[in-house]
Amino acid sequence: MPKWFLPAAIVCGLMFVVSPFVIANAPFDSTMGLVYKIFYYHMPSAWMFLTASVICGVASARFLATGDARHDRTAWAAAEMAVLFGVLTLVTGPLWARKAWGTWWVWDARITSSLVGWMIAWAYLILRKYGGPGSEKLSAGLALFGTANVPFIYVSVNYWRTIHPATTVVPTLPFSMGFPLLFCLTAFTLLFVLLIKLRVRVAEQQSRLDALYLSLDDAR
Amino acid sequence: MTMLRAVWLIVRKDLTVEVRSREIAYTTLFFAVSCVLVFAFSLVQEGRAADGVGAGVLWMAIMFAGNLALGRTFERERQSETLRALMLVPAPRPAVYLGKLTGIVVLLGATEVVLVPLVALLFHAEMLAHPFWLAAVVATGTIGFAAVGTLFAAMLVRARSRDVLLPVLLYPITVPVIIAGVRATMALVQPDFDEAVVRFWLALLIAFDVVFVTLALWTFEPVMTD
Repeated sequence: MPKWFLPAAIVCGLMFVVSPFVIANAPFDSTMGLVYKIFYYHMPSAWMFLTASVICGVASARFLATGDARHDRTAWAAAEMAVLFGVLTLVTGPLWARKAWGTWWVWDARITSSLVGWMIAWAYLILRKYGGPGSEKLSAGLALFGTANVPFIYVSVNYWRTIHPATTVVPTLPFSMGFPLLFCLTAFTLLFVLLIKLRVRVAEQQSRLDALYLSLDDAR
Repeated sequence: MTMLRAVWLIVRKDLTVEVRSREIAYTTLFFAVSCVLVFAFSLVQEGRAADGVGAGVLWMAIMFAGNLALGRTFERERQSETLRALMLVPAPRPAVYLGKLTGIVVLLGATEVVLVPLVALLFHAEMLAHPFWLAAVVATGTIGFAAVGTLFAAMLVRARSRDVLLPVLLYPITVPVIIAGVRATMALVQPDFDEAVVRFWLALLIAFDVVFVTLALWTFEPVMTD
């Protein structure tokens, strides 16, 4: 592991321990009161989910184009991150929506595209697990298609109506609300980087081990 | 061999096999009709279905039946061990994809010729009020669905548990097709026909077809190479 990994992991852990206090100290929203505070976790997870999906799509395309296994390992790790942060997003979203909109779920453009994107990431992992030999190329094809699909879902659902708050409110937030958001965003980004690094590392070790087994068989 | 000729030969081969055995055509059609009947039993109450349900049922039946046909057409190649021969055809790889895609679209088109009147009848939907628009929507939707499905079915032919994996991969990716197809068909069967709405969905379907056929042509070569 690189030298920065352990200190970064400690910082990340501390930030998550401190984050509830930072969030608790943030002021109440004038219209939504306490319930808006879930968005300090919801938005960073959603951003990490999006980042993971983009990384997975780009790495898969590069893997298909070059055949380099490094891109495949990155894509696989990113797909797992997409599923993980996708769950966080899809659980915290409805909790907020129930209070703010009075309903757990709406078929809004962002929400629907997130759900379908998350399902594609999940399908990617299912294919990896149960597809048997050669499934890495197949899942790379799936990731590529999944990435190309997102704009279509967005446009098609958007044609009805969209009630999800736009992210354009973020730069206009006062410091007392903006600071906890930035804090949580940093914590989530750090967690994301650490997890993906760890996951890629595990995959590397795995393929090295497989190669050793193969050479052992050849030597016999 | 030129690309077009290779495509034509593969389509002709698939259709000849199909005309002789009629296996996929009959099973797909029977399955699609059964689906429509199941939906009719569950959704039509007191002789009437809610407005727009027919459009949804039509597309669900197309997607379920399409899934079956896609799995079967490649399973046949695998069972008779002709897939390797198909991959060794002295023609560009994408020609194999285009040939298979055309075969599936023709087959699903034949199924839809039966499905549309059936849904219109059972769900009291004015499906044939604007036949040209409907044909355009159904054709572009089917091409979009089959474009993704043909690539995935081809990819999965050597994978374990491919029967289960095909719908798992196919349905999330074809969500835009079902949204656009259902919305456009719904707009078509409504008494006050709004052409702008149909145009929008048709444009979306055409864009989907172009993007995904192009992507599949590019992806087919790397994913089908051992």
